[in-house]
Order: sequence, then C-alpha cells, then structure tokens
Amino acid sequence: MRTILPFGPQHPVLPEPIHLKLVVEEEKVVEALPNLGYVHRGLEKLTDIRDYNQMVNIVERVCGICSCIHALNFCEAVEEMMKIEVPQRAHFLRVMWSEIHRIHSHLLWLGLFADGFGFESLFMQLWRIRERSMDLMEATAGNRVVISTNIVGGVRKDITEEQKTWILAEIDKIEAEVRQVEKTLLSDYTVKSRCCGKGVLTKEQAHQLGAVGPCLRGSGWAQDARMTGYAAYGQLDFEPVVEHDGDSYARCVVRFREVYTSCDLVRQALAKLPGGELAAKFKAKPEGEVWRRVEQPRGELFYYIKGNGSKFLERVRIRTPTFANIPPLLAMLPGCDLADVPVIVLSIDPCISCTER
Amino acid sequence: MSMLKDWINKGRLKSPWVVHFDCGSCNGCDIEVLACLTPVYDVERFGILNIGDPKHADVLLVTGTVNHRNKHVLKNIYDQMPEPKAVIAMGACGLTGGVFREAYNVVGGVDKVIPVDVYVRGCPPKPEAIIDGVVLALEKVKAKLEAAG
Amino acid sequence: MLANEQAVTVDTLIPECQTRFDAGLRLVGISAVEIKTDSTFDVLYHFDKDLQVSHLRLNVPKADAVPSISGVYFAALLAENEIKDQFGVNFQNIVIDFGCTLYLEPEVVKSPFCTFTFAKKDKVKEEA
Repeated sequence: MRTILPFGPQHPVLPEPIHLKLVVEEEKVVEALPNLGYVHRGLEKLTDIRDYNQMVNIVERVCGICSCIHALNFCEAVEEMMKIEVPQRAHFLRVMWSEIHRIHSHLLWLGLFADGFGFESLFMQLWRIRERSMDLMEATAGNRVVISTNIVGGVRKDITEEQKTWILAEIDKIEAEVRQVEKTLLSDYTVKSRCCGKGVLTKEQAHQLGAVGPCLRGSGWAQDARMTGYAAYGQLDFEPVVEHDGDSYARCVVRFREVYTSCDLVRQALAKLPGGELAAKFKAKPEGEVWRRVEQPRGELFYYIKGNGSKFLERVRIRTPTFANIPPLLAMLPGCDLADVPVIVLSIDPCISCTER
Repeated sequence: MSMLKDWINKGRLKSPWVVHFDCGSCNGCDIEVLACLTPVYDVERFGILNIGDPKHADVLLVTGTVNHRNKHVLKNIYDQMPEPKAVIAMGACGLTGGVFREAYNVVGGVDKVIPVDVYVRGCPPKPEAIIDGVVLALEKVKAKLEAAG
Repeated sequence: MLANEQAVTVDTLIPECQTRFDAGLRLVGISAVEIKTDSTFDVLYHFDKDLQVSHLRLNVPKADAVPSISGVYFAALLAENEIKDQFGVNFQNIVIDFGCTLYLEPEVVKSPFCTFTFAKKDKVKEEA
C-alpha cells in the first residue's frame, strides 16, 4: 500500500523548515521529493542596492552557523578581483576564526545528531563543550554567533598576547573534553545500531551526484577545499579526514575527527602568527569575473562574482554545500525504513537557510 | 471548579511550554534558542520546556523573516495553539526583516502576519535576552488569563 | 573570462557534459548571469576534478530553450530549477521540474532577477 507522508516543515527533529514528501510502502520509503522555499529570502539580489563592503554583512547572514566562512570566501573573491594583497597576520587570524567556527559547527551537529536518534544526555554533553568555543568567539570578536571579523582587505579585530594564551588553553580543554566523549559516541552499541549501514552512499555515487564535504569524504574521497591552500592554509600542516563506508556513521566519524584537526589548525595558526597590519588599504573598483571556494563545516562553498566597475557587484552567486548535498540525499532515502529518515536527513548536516539563501 | 481552574493556571505560568518555529531565519537565532536549553543556560530549571507540537504550547517563539511561502505555515501554527497564548518575535529579522528587509521574497517582520507580544532584539540575541523575553511573555499570558477570568 | 573556460552552444552542451561525466568530473554548480547589453543569458557550468576547476560557458538569447543536463548530472536539477525560478531561463526536460515554484509561490509571477519572464509567462498561459 502506498502512502504519501509529509515530513516537515515544522518537525521536532529539524531545527529548520524543509518539507519532504515521502512516498512510503508499508514501512519502507520508496521515493522522496523535496519541497523548498520556506527560508528563501533572495539575498543574492541585494547586490543592486548594497555595495561590496555592505554585502559582507549580508553574506554573513546566509547562514548563522558558518557566517565567518561565508564572509571569508566573499572577501577573498573580491580581493582577488581587485588584486589586493592581504597582510599575513590577517590570513592567519582568518584561519583561526574559521577553525573555531568549524569546531562550534561540528559540535553543534554532533549534538543534534545524538538528539536525532534519541541520545539526549550526549546532546547536552556536546553542547556543554561547544559553549567553550562560543566563549572564544565572544571574547575575541564581541558576538557569539555572527562574529563579523572579516572585511574586504583583511580583518577587523586583533588578538592580544594574553588572549592567545587563553585561546590555546581553551582549545586544549575542548580537545580533552571531546576525547572523553569519543568512546561514548564512536564505540557505543546503540549508536552503531542506529547509524551503521544507514543511508549508504557509494564512492562512485558520491562523486557523480556531486556530494561535498563530510558526505564526500565519508565515502572515501580525500577532497577538501582547504587543500587548495587559501588564506594561510597553504602554510599549515593539514590532512583531510577520510572514511570509506559511506554510511551515516562514517559521516559522523569524519566530523568527529575534524574537530581534532581544527583544534590542531588553531594551534598551528597561533604558533606561526606573524606581526604586522590587520587590513590592507586599497583604491580599486571590482571589475571582471572570479570564482572562489573554501571549505565550510558542511563542505565546499563556491562563490561566483561578477563586477562591472562600479561599487555595486553585478552578480553574486552562492553555491552552498547543502545545496550540493540534497541530490545525494534524494538518492540515499529510497529503500530506507521510515524510522531512519531523521537520522539520514541529519547525516548530511542540512543547513536550509544556506541552501535557499 | 474555579479551584481546579486556578490550579491549572498556576501550573501554566510556572512551567510554560514553548514551541519554536524557524520562519526563514539564518540559523543564528535558532542555535541560540537551542543554547538556552543546554547546560550553561538551562532554561529547564525554570520549568520552560521546548516541545515540537504547537497544540501543547503556551508560547510561540518565532525567528527570522516572513516570506511568501512560510507565512501560511506560521499562521497555521499560531491557529493551532490553544488560548491563552503569547508570541515572541526574535532577532532583527523577526522584528522588521533585518538586513533582508529589501529582498524580493521578504514580507517583513513576524507582526505582519500574527500579533506579537514580545520583541527580543539583537542579531542574534544572547541567550540571556531570550530567557528574559520568555519571562516577559509569561506576564502577558498572565494578564490574558486574568482578563478571561 | 575565467581560466580553464570553454564556450559551448546549445547543441554541444549535452555531449560536452557527457564527456566530462565519463572522465569523472564532478559538477560543482551552475551560475546564470544576465547580459544586459545584448539581452542574452550567460549560463556557466563549473566542474571539478582533483581540485582543478574548469568551466563551460553557454551564451543564449533570452527566449531560447536550453537543454537540461540533469539527465547526465542528476545533481544539476536543483540549480537548474533555481535559475528557472530566478531568471526565467527556459530549461527543457529537467528530471524533476518544479515549474518555477521551487522557491516562489505561484502568485509571484515576475522573475526576480531580471525583467524577462519567458518561462513564467508560458506557465501563466497554460493555467489560464
């Protein structure tokens, strides 16, 4: 018997509105159709009335969870277009804030994922650890979530020597606390039985369907936009985290290990932090076309920007990671049990406000 | 009968149940709402519970701008809630549309669609401000209860 | 003009994409730009292999139909639906066609990103 079940837009598991039409036969999902548009604002069009400096604040609000990295990508693209030399100190500070953002985003997701399969005490534990990274952002930038540190030409805020010592101490504490949780999350029988073998994406499928980020790396591809060496990543040691099973559990493990990588990158960036200016001065108008990509917590973020010589950009096209991960999700859902749908949907780390902008 | 009613009303005010709806927000406010529930801020110690079903809720917490598609969903959720109810609009977008107010798919703040009792400002508001907003909303619920007798 | 870019026409688009698909390139995204001076659209297809990005550029007059590549790259379906919504580029045979309602409610008839609305008008005519 075929039934069509609505999933969302207001659903206890999802913090965000996405609507999936699930065609169900008995308890098995046969087909899934997405229905988007609940968060669509149309902010790419705001380039008409906001100049490139003001657009930094708008692209930050594409997504509150990875705001700093959206601004980083936009600024890098505009800098490339106007040929601005960004000071080295700014590059390293950008890496530091991006990685703190990644720690906060991954811990947030791991907590929501634990909540998704009903492990509420683990959710609380992970979010308790996450508050340390929120404190780091509040102390260094002044706001907990949207930190607005990137501007075209460099960064807006500096850190002092005392702050540097304190950040390193906090990062050590985060890493130690995450290691304590590792055993519970990664070797627990119940967690494994909820995640292993659910929502499998084979290596070929992942690539053909255009998956990015932990979805791609969870299926065995060592692809991470940080390997291209944007900002200061070229000067830091970095290995992408790869898993080979391609199921929800593999994606969970990738994100978990990436928390350690991020802690390590913050330490490296602070150890090599050079002195000097925070932002370059420039006199140029954006003209021409550029594309630029960076690695967001959810995967590769791609910007295409076209300028026409005035201070208003002609086109800003934002291709966010969740936008690329929805086609793989549609391929994962058919054939799974209805009870596994929340786990599989969460396993791509959906960020709907990114997807729809 | 009136004793029972008094008792229910007392319970209602001591333990408000909150339903959270993301209405086109950038997630910044949503993660702060969730941060309120977790150990550092822990609103559950005041009896505030976050639930998924609007039919059980006393307070509706709305984040983000209203657009042409989700205004129907928002109205629907509001209508499902039992009286008396209070609505909290959160963040710059929920109040006026924020940085997106001029975007083509944005209708404006939450108050364009449903009546709002409490406005919490900030982009995003800090968890302390959100808790403060819920407490203010409870006073509104109390006033509505008294008016209803 | 972007580095690693190749121009294609409506006829060579699908074969070019098929070659890229067979060579194991991943579709990164599709961008559309309105060229205001000669009333055409630029549709850019971005591909990636081993962190090397290449592009295909398709320049079409506004009223022309563009074949959908979602038959080759399934991942193109969301991007094509989005561009159809926002610009009114007339994509043909998308695997799942939302008919200009991916983001926008049916009552919004104008394409927001440019004044040209081929696909929308078509739809309104059908409904009328």
